[in-house]
This record gives sequence, C-alpha cells and structure tokens, in this order.
Amino acid sequence: MSGGADAVRWVDERLGAGRLAKRALRYVFPEHWSFLLGELALYSFAFLLLTGTFLALFFSPDIGSREVYDGPFRELAGMEVTPAYRSTLDLSSVVPGGLLMRQAHHWAANVFVAAMILHLVRVFFTGAFRRPREAIWMLGVLLLGLGVFEGFAGYSLPDDLLSGMGLAIAYGVAMSVPLVGGPFAGLAWGGEYPGPGVIESRLFIVHVFVVPLVMAAVIGLHLALVARHHHTQFPGRGRREGNTVGTPLWPGYALRSVGLMLLVFAVLVALGGLVQINPIWQWGPYELNRSTNGAQPDWYLGWLIGALRLAPEVEVRAGNLTLIPNPFWGGVAFPTFVFATAFAWPFLERRLSRDRAAHHLLDRPRDHPWRTAFGIAFLGWVVLVFYAGAADRVFYAFQISYEGQVLVYRWLVLVVPPVLFVVTKLACDELRRSGARPARGGPPAAVVRRPDGGFSVLPGDD
Amino acid sequence: MRAGRLAFLAGAVRGLLRPAPPTGAARAEEHSDPREYDATPHPRAELAVAALLALGGLLCLAFAVLLVAHPNTQLLGAALAAGLACVGAALGLASKRVVPQEVHVEEREPVPPEVDAALAAEARAGGEGISRRRVLAGAAGLAGCGLLGALAVPITALGPNLDGAPDRTPWRRGRHLVDPDGERLRAADIQIGSFHNVLPEGDARALEELGAPVVLVRVAPDSLDLPPERRTWAPQGILAFSQICTHAGCAVTLFRYPASEATSKPPALVCPCHYSTFDVRRAAKPVFGPAVRALPQLPLAVDADGFLVADGPLSGSVGPSWLDVRQSEGGR
Repeated sequence: MSGGADAVRWVDERLGAGRLAKRALRYVFPEHWSFLLGELALYSFAFLLLTGTFLALFFSPDIGSREVYDGPFRELAGMEVTPAYRSTLDLSSVVPGGLLMRQAHHWAANVFVAAMILHLVRVFFTGAFRRPREAIWMLGVLLLGLGVFEGFAGYSLPDDLLSGMGLAIAYGVAMSVPLVGGPFAGLAWGGEYPGPGVIESRLFIVHVFVVPLVMAAVIGLHLALVARHHHTQFPGRGRREGNTVGTPLWPGYALRSVGLMLLVFAVLVALGGLVQINPIWQWGPYELNRSTNGAQPDWYLGWLIGALRLAPEVEVRAGNLTLIPNPFWGGVAFPTFVFATAFAWPFLERRLSRDRAAHHLLDRPRDHPWRTAFGIAFLGWVVLVFYAGAADRVFYAFQISYEGQVLVYRWLVLVVPPVLFVVTKLACDELRRSGARPARGGPPAAVVRRPDGGFSVLPGDD
Repeated sequence: MRAGRLAFLAGAVRGLLRPAPPTGAARAEEHSDPREYDATPHPRAELAVAALLALGGLLCLAFAVLLVAHPNTQLLGAALAAGLACVGAALGLASKRVVPQEVHVEEREPVPPEVDAALAAEARAGGEGISRRRVLAGAAGLAGCGLLGALAVPITALGPNLDGAPDRTPWRRGRHLVDPDGERLRAADIQIGSFHNVLPEGDARALEELGAPVVLVRVAPDSLDLPPERRTWAPQGILAFSQICTHAGCAVTLFRYPASEATSKPPALVCPCHYSTFDVRRAAKPVFGPAVRALPQLPLAVDADGFLVADGPLSGSVGPSWLDVRQSEGGR
C-alpha cells in the first residue's frame, strides 16, 4: 500500500499534476449504450494509426517507373507494374502478417467512418450539440469530412485499377470547380491525370502525415471540450442540468472503456484475418484505358457516386467558357451542401427555435419533433442518393432497368424528404400524446437497499 | 452528505427559476439522491476474470509464435482476435463484477460571468495608452496578408497549369491505329457490332496520355447519322472515339450493341463509372447519364493496304470539362 503511495508521490513531485489527476479519477461518465458510439470511432482511429504505421514501413508510393512482376501472384506474372502496386502486392503476400495488417486497416477505415456517422446521428437526435457544445459538434463534423477524405486517399494509394478509377473521377471532379478547377487540378495532380505520376507520392504524405496529424489534433480538442463541459445525460433520477450522474473514471469506467477498445480491436483483427477486402491482385494494375463495372468504392463514397450518377446532364456555359462542368453538381455542390448544413445546424436551430439556453440534459427524439423530422428527412435524402449509387448492382442482381431506376430516383430525391418530414413529425406528436414506448418492456423499476437494511422499489431511470 | 444537500438546494432554486417546470413526479425524481456504492466481493467473477486474462495472454503469445513460424493470414487473425477478445471481455467483466460499483455525482462548473468580465478587462488593459490605433491596425493587417501570402505561394511549385494538355493528342493524319499488342488493324477484320481498344502506332507514352487511347466500333454504314462535315470520317461504318469519358475521365469500356434493331436501343458506348451513354451512330452524342459533351471523334481512313489510319486529330478536348474546354465540333 505504502509502496503505491510512494510511487505516486515520486511521479507527482515531478509532474505536479496530483490534484488534476485525483479529479480526473473521479470524472463521471453518464451511462447509455449510445454514448459508446464515439468511443468506437476513437478506438478505430487508434487502430488505424497502429496498423497504418506498420503498412507505411513497407509501402512505396512511386508510380513513376515500371517493373515486370515476378512475385507469388501467378496471374500477374510478366505484367508491368509500378512500385506502388508491387509493394502493396508484396505486403499482401511476402511480408509476414502483412495481409492481415492491410485488410484490418481497410476494415478499420470502413468501421471508423460508420461509427462517426452513427455517433453524429445520436448527437443530432438527442440535441447534444446545443449550447455550449456547438464547437464540439463542428469539430466532429470536420472529423467526419476528414475521415472520408482520408479513406479515399488511402485506397487510392495502391495504384490498382480501383485506385486509378477513383483518382480519375476525383480529377474530373476537381476540374469541375467553377473558374479555378482546371488550374487547381493541374496543380494538385502535377499535370494531367492519368499522366507521368506524382499523385500517389503526394497523396502518401497527405494520407500518412498531414491528415492524421490534423485529425489527431482535432480529436484532442474535441475530447478536451467534452471533458471541460462534462458529458450530457438523459433525464433521470438525480440528474439535473447542473450535474452529471454516472460511473466514475476509476476504476469502473476505465476498465470498461479499455475493454471496449480491445473488443473493437478484436473485431477489426478478425475481419482483417478472415474476411477478404480490396483484393488488388484481382483488380489488376491501373492503365488509363482500363476500367471495370464490377468494382465498388468503399461504402462511405457511395453517396458521392450516387450524386454523380443522378445529376441531370446539365453544364452551364457562356460563349466558349464552361462555367459549371457537370461533375460539380454531384461531386462538389452536393457534399458541400450536406456538410455546410451539418456545420451550421446548431446555429440554424437556435435561430428557428429561439432557444438560446445552455442544455446538458438530452432530448428524446420525440420531444423535439421539428428537429427530428428535419433530421430524418435530411438523412433520408442522403441515404436515397447513396442507394442510387447502387442502382447498377441492383440491375446486375435483379435485372431491373438501370435507366428506369435513375429516372425514378431523380423524382424520389425530390418527393421522399418532404414525405419523411411530415410522417416523422406526426409520429413524434402521436408518441408524445400517447406516451407509448415502442421497443421497450413495461415501466422500469429499481429495487434499492435502504441504509436500514430494508429494500424499496423506486421508479427506475429511463 | 453536505455536498449532496447543497446540490439539492441549488437544484431546487434552479427548479423554481425554470420557465416550464417538469411534472411533480419527475421533479421529485430529479432531486432524489442517485448516489450508490457497492463493494461486495464476487470471488467467482474474479476467477473468471483471471481465467480470461490468462487465456487472452496465451492466445496473443500464440499469435506471436505463428507470425514467426507459420504466418497464415486466417490463423493469425483468428488467434489475435480471440486473444484481444478474451482480454477485452476480462476487463469488461472486471468493471461490472470485480471492482466497486459506484454511481457518483459531479457538479458542472460553468465559468461565472464576472470572471469573463474580468478577463475581458485584462485583455483591454493590454492596449492602454496607445494613440495611433488605426495606423497600427492597418499595418498589422498588411503584415498578416503578406505573411499568409508568403506561406501559401510556395505551394504553386507543386505543378504546372494544364497548358492546353486536354487538347493535346498524338493523333495525326496518316498515323496507324494499332491494338494493345502493337498490331495494325485491317478494316476488313472489324466486325459489325465489335469493340476494340486502340492506340496510336509507335507511341511509347500512349498509356500516359489522355489523348491517346480510342475505342473502335463498327455499325451498319447506312444507319449512320453523322453531321455533314463528318460524313467521310467513318469508312465502311467504322467509327473511332476518344476512350476517356467527357464526364469524369474514366475509360469507356462498355459497348451496347442491340441483338435486334427493332426492339432494342441503338448501339452505344457506356462508361462504367457513372453510366454516361453515347450514341455512336450520332457521333457519340450523349443520350443518357451525366455526360454533356460528345466523345471527341477520330476521323478515319483506310490506307492502300487496307489498314486503318487516322485522317486528322481528335475533334475536341479529351476528358472532363473545365473552364476553357473545347467543344467537340459538330457534336452537341
């Protein structure tokens, strides 16, 4: 016992952080399953850093030269490949544990973005973004945008057919930015794409250094602000705007959270080891006159594919100048609008609801029908565009006309959001009126031991 | 206990100030003391935690041994995942059963307004006694802009502007068309309804230039509906177009050719990325999907030996649109 105290004393004499640390050990985490979604994202990010560092030790981002492939993938023997593609193949075949790391890294990226989106949805529908947490919300939306970009940069690196097609589309989208698109794309890609290659080596630095550094800083700020304001909580016994009720960091929450981290790692490693992802030896190397219609991007780019495909065949021209090339609508305008709306939402809601007060207690979605209706309509709109991106797969699987589907989707994206809005608003109003609790058991109750040793039954927490 | 009572009082005061107080029952619930502490020992849970930790440690060791001795991806993944899962489960169980169970209350501490007012006063005090505020502010603004400019401009070293790159093409009158193996193509060998990847002959950099790859298709000559100035570009119904989609720059690699003219849609080139569809009989005019510009066409001729040659450059800018993109002549 005294040995432990001596050790603490030794450290604290050097750090002088004893008071802070003591408070940190008693920091309270309110409990709800949905509060873990942010932790899933955080631990996926940590996993990405670990596996990514391993991969970076073996990967070469060079696409400026070619060599004849003579490695263990027989089907590729004799093909001319770039060092980028070659080193990714070697990671998948020659490096011990390399394929596990590569696939786990790729899976973690998919899980990371999914966890961030679920976390964002939870925060939105419970109103956790309200004063004083607007900055936390905006940093979170920024992280989502960075995460999607980082994922795209990552799977663009191996110079396989899928990367090349993705980069070609990205180049087309960059060119479509009004007025400055051409020079901007030429600058970023170092000339035309496809062309003599510098883009992977630039993307490599962006992917392994610039974006992770920025994301780590933003995550740090995001978490520091969360801790400064303390967590939000649902209303319940003893819970007020002015306090937080829950499990203290030490020991219960720390053990649980580290346990969750290891379980997240376990799932990602299991996926990496047992479920194939991005088999670049099947796509083959990228050549500018090759493409395939079976390859799909990572899921979190599906909404952009859908938007690019749904956009009507319109370009804005004035004389000889093309002011707005077509990919701008789906590739730039649509995601900019979605992210701008997300960024601005805390301020939009303040203005619309005239509610300027600080809020630490969370809403149930039904208790804020306008917000919930807007959120469902907006989310439904984006998800529809996402589904539209899979119309070719639906055609392939069910022989439903692709052209017919696109025409229907063009109407659906206009019609469905207002319908969702009205239906959600009515459903919220009805739920509030009736007090019904779908998907829940009977009224909750808690049996509590009294100081005198007897027991009392209390109405429990929601 | 005293802190709890104080919190209770503070809460009660705040409750009175709140514009729309909750129902009586909810208010009573809100102000009851939620704190709990339970340190009952659970010896069996402790044993289970120990077992899970030990098993997890062994599985992780197994991963290390496998990595050196037999690096099979599936075995490695299964061993490490199982090891991590065991340790994770042990920690979760320990959190719920072994360590004390506690519900704790922490008061929020917002910064009081008077502290912020004092902070603002402190900040203002830094500028006391300055007389030429406007001059200083203007000069500081200039310094800021200069600094930002100096920081931002080096990035332009990254790349050249495009310098008309999208208009560059290796195709010239008289240049032969070759297949990817470098063999010249004989007009008589091109079947109606067939599709060919084609490159310019003798161009070592053909696969690094957007303006190089073209697709070759053949349709019945009497079904052609080309603009008048392109009448001679498609000898015997053989047509060549730039392979790079005018929407977002993917390679156009699908050719839809109807099995029956009467019931199907006309022959068309299709881009597999966003399914822009180009009617080849009408000079690759876009008929479906997001593309707006026609694929640039390569005028063809047949030389004295029956081989296909280019009869001029491509008819417009290759690849995705941008501000100065040159429209394909005669196309839409």
